[in-house]
Amino acid sequence: MKEREPKILAFLCNWCSYAGADLAGVSRIQYPPNVRVIRVPCSSRINPFFIVKALQQGIDGVLVAGCHPGDCHYISGNYVARRKFAIIKSFLEYIGIEKDRVQFAWISAAEGLRFAEVIKEVTEKVRGLGPIRKWGKIRRV
Amino acid sequence: MQDVQRKIREEAKKLLAARSVDLIIGFEEASLPLRASPVFIHNEDDVEALVWNCFCENNLATYLTKVAGRKVAVVAKGCDSRSIVALIVEGQIKREEIIVIGIPCQGMVDRRKIEKEVQGEILEAGEKNDEVSVRGDDFEGVFKKEDYLYPSCRTCEYHSPVISDILIGEKIKENTELDEYAETIEYEKKSINERREYFGREMGKCIRCYACRQACPMCYCEECFVDNSYPKWIEKGLDLSDLAAWHIMRAYHQAGRCVDCGSCERACPMEVNLRFLTRKINKEVKDYFDFETGLDIKAPPPLTTFSPDDRQDFIHSGEESTGESRGD
Repeated sequence: MKEREPKILAFLCNWCSYAGADLAGVSRIQYPPNVRVIRVPCSSRINPFFIVKALQQGIDGVLVAGCHPGDCHYISGNYVARRKFAIIKSFLEYIGIEKDRVQFAWISAAEGLRFAEVIKEVTEKVRGLGPIRKWGKIRRV
Repeated sequence: MQDVQRKIREEAKKLLAARSVDLIIGFEEASLPLRASPVFIHNEDDVEALVWNCFCENNLATYLTKVAGRKVAVVAKGCDSRSIVALIVEGQIKREEIIVIGIPCQGMVDRRKIEKEVQGEILEAGEKNDEVSVRGDDFEGVFKKEDYLYPSCRTCEYHSPVISDILIGEKIKENTELDEYAETIEYEKKSINERREYFGREMGKCIRCYACRQACPMCYCEECFVDNSYPKWIEKGLDLSDLAAWHIMRAYHQAGRCVDCGSCERACPMEVNLRFLTRKINKEVKDYFDFETGLDIKAPPPLTTFSPDDRQDFIHSGEESTGESRGD
């Protein structure tokens, strides 16, 4: 049987990373189709619960990407987000979720190539980990 | 202890007689042995109900958000006082509305641990110097307090209140040499499978009574995310993944806010190890932001602020990547 393809959920900030993904698209840069993109206004829009919820629902890996520090459209959104991410990332690892399942990246609107590289890297790492193991049975909403 | 109790009553009487406060929050004798229950005293004639012993385990700061707007005096141990500071910092209560009756605390006795030592039901319990004596139908027992303290009291750094208007008893020196996160570090060293299994096993005990939330002074949200029906963050049943999600987020919400008083764990009827989650969060907050909750009335909670120099070694920043340079 063919190995199950990993599902990656990417939260991309509207002003940088989403535009970066767009650039990758218009530049015809290839990247794995495993990624599902959700556009958010800013990386600080990410409630860590989004990440937990995604993993609970059976997503194999989550990527959150935003503007580089200092470039935030809302001046300091990504700085605040960075603090939240620091805590949730090490916490999820602590309770037994592999650290590569939850990843963060700064991707600017000019970094189409880098967007593709990050997606490739995240997909490969998550593929290596295999499907996410569930604590209980999952329920679809 | 008797001395402290007498002084609490005296001070309470004075405060109520002078009408400096509307309400005293303290502890009274509970109907069960090995327990003390919170009491709310409005009248100076009732101050004799106030007690102080090694079973005063609740964090009384929990009640302050519920009586906000009134002048209140509260009996506070070291951990309670840190919760009070955290609540003031978060704007939930006003410093000038609260009179803190601070009591340096030697640690509270773990009733469950004592209950497990004896056969049968404990009918009476008493405290004498550094010993706790219990009596049942056909047994008696004497236990050294020191050996039966709550785990949170064993790793307590700040026994004395951080803030107090009235201090009763001698201040106890801060215990800063303690390696308070030794257990957490030990747990971190386990393999990912062991950690996962342990977490699943512990959380599987949860019956979702939310006693941990109710006991916690920092869980003051008018509507908790777990009660939300739109969006419905968590299903209502006992599916393990829902239990896990609830406990992950409950602990995460404590980031930079938990004082490790241990109230959640004491309130838990299923004896879930809840502190192993919040302690990890506390440790990360300390490592990343060099912040300990409830010590400084001026310091903002760490997740409401930032520094451009915050550590970001966990983020793909692109500096090591060989891709195109940033188009500045």
